[in-house]
Amino acid sequence: MNNIYFDHAATTSVDSRVFEAMKPYFCDDFGNSSSIHSFGQKAAEAVDKARDQVAKLLNCSIQEVVFTSGATEANNIAILGVLNRINGILPAYVTPYAKASGVKKTPAGRREPSTFTQVLVDKQYDKKVGHFITTKVEHPAVLEVYKKIEKMGHEVTFVEVDEKGVVKLDQLEAAIKDNTVLVSVMYANNEVGAVNPIKEIGRMIEKKKTARGADSLPLYFHTDAVQAINYLDTDVKELMVDFLAFSGHKVYGPKGIGVLYVRAGVKIDPLMQGGHQEWNLRPGTLNVPGIVGLGRAVELLQAEKAARVEHITTLKKALIEAIKQIDEVRIFSSENEGLPNVINVSFYRAEGESILMMLDMDGIAISTGSACSSGALEPSHVLMAMGIEKEWTHGSIRVSFGKDNTVTEVENFIEKIKPIVNRLREMAPEIR
Amino acid sequence: MQYSPKLIEHFRNPHNQGVIEDADAIGEKGNMKCGDIMKIYLKIGKRPFDSAQGDTKEDFIEDIKFETLGCAAAIATSSMLTDMAKGKTLDEALAIGKQDIVDELGGVPAPKFHCSVLAEAALKDAIEKYRAAK
Repeated sequence: MNNIYFDHAATTSVDSRVFEAMKPYFCDDFGNSSSIHSFGQKAAEAVDKARDQVAKLLNCSIQEVVFTSGATEANNIAILGVLNRINGILPAYVTPYAKASGVKKTPAGRREPSTFTQVLVDKQYDKKVGHFITTKVEHPAVLEVYKKIEKMGHEVTFVEVDEKGVVKLDQLEAAIKDNTVLVSVMYANNEVGAVNPIKEIGRMIEKKKTARGADSLPLYFHTDAVQAINYLDTDVKELMVDFLAFSGHKVYGPKGIGVLYVRAGVKIDPLMQGGHQEWNLRPGTLNVPGIVGLGRAVELLQAEKAARVEHITTLKKALIEAIKQIDEVRIFSSENEGLPNVINVSFYRAEGESILMMLDMDGIAISTGSACSSGALEPSHVLMAMGIEKEWTHGSIRVSFGKDNTVTEVENFIEKIKPIVNRLREMAPEIR
Repeated sequence: MQYSPKLIEHFRNPHNQGVIEDADAIGEKGNMKCGDIMKIYLKIGKRPFDSAQGDTKEDFIEDIKFETLGCAAAIATSSMLTDMAKGKTLDEALAIGKQDIVDELGGVPAPKFHCSVLAEAALKDAIEKYRAAK
């Protein structure tokens, strides 16, 4: 059976050229890049090279590149790093209030909280210090962090998206207040491939920053670029972002490695303590083979990006044309806008996971955003935010192409999916 | 999350899938949470059985079919349930619980347990409707 992999938004294979680059750094050049001796220096050189490769892709300086364990950690460092920093600088802002309200007691069972935390647990505290903004359709690596921050007592605004899954710019702009410290907007959505106008948002935020003046709270702009990195412009100077996160395993690099771009001058506090690595932002011995692999992967990406985009766009067009021929289908991914590689489509009266399972039996791997896929019962938060009716979110599947997919594979997929959808519809009762 | 081989087999080749045109009762349940819908068709037969009161007849499930819109676990639990209910008296069929279905399938992943709840409820709905109509 010829296996077809159409789930590149979940992960990609490691490019054989990437693997070759990584190989020496396991058994031979295994040094700790922090060591002074020649073993260490060899590893350090390799890390420097990779950092340079990333800096070239992002058009930033090497001091602005922070290697992490992946995009989840990168996003966490950005968001919680800002929060921690605010916690640190805030006592100056809140002390008078804390004194006035006489908050001193530690809630039972909790360790001694900082002044700031103490203020947060005080129900009378007006939450106006440290306001955060994000969108309703973020990946859990961002969305869940904000839900946690919200539970901690901070004010978080979750901005809506339109029917295409693109953030509502007017709502976003209106949400920014004098005490907003961080705005997180994903570059491209992982479920439907909708692309947000990051450049435009970057400029809008820059204006707000300037208007605020020097003595105010910081205002930063963060984007999760995991899905965008392969296809869109990731020049951070153009985008005017303060943070940008992506991971190695979505760009034909290894798993367990990611990058957080942190613009020079941005002040955040690390989440972990333990070492000076990564400009004191991310302690821990560097994952040298992973870093080397990621560096090589983005080098290849930069050289091949245009060709990849062109090839994959052809696949998307072919798939969408063919899917339109099937009865009662809706395509949630924009045909001409959005990522070239993600197609989210729903078949009425055919459930997503059942389609996934049957395709898998035929040797085709796709993904689903439907209720029952990941163990969560709720329908996709992205499709719900786009205002899609429940009976349509139920049958949603996601096809995500990669650079090595072919038109023949797309034809094969179309041939297989038609009888599967028919069979599931035969099994299903009418929906009243 | 992993499915048992038996569950996958029931999903791949479901038993008693379809419609009974002249059904004596039709049960239907929808799961509002995940959107699955299950429909059970019953053909009730009568067969003699000995009792202290002498020869009499009892209702039993002569035929049962299902239609399900849902995930692999929803389809497999429907299939399993129809196998278990076929040939049983109505009281025996009512006694089939969600855990029995899950056990017969060799277990279902925890997030999919509600599928068996749905199957049990759809059958109960059909039997109750049959009895109410009598």
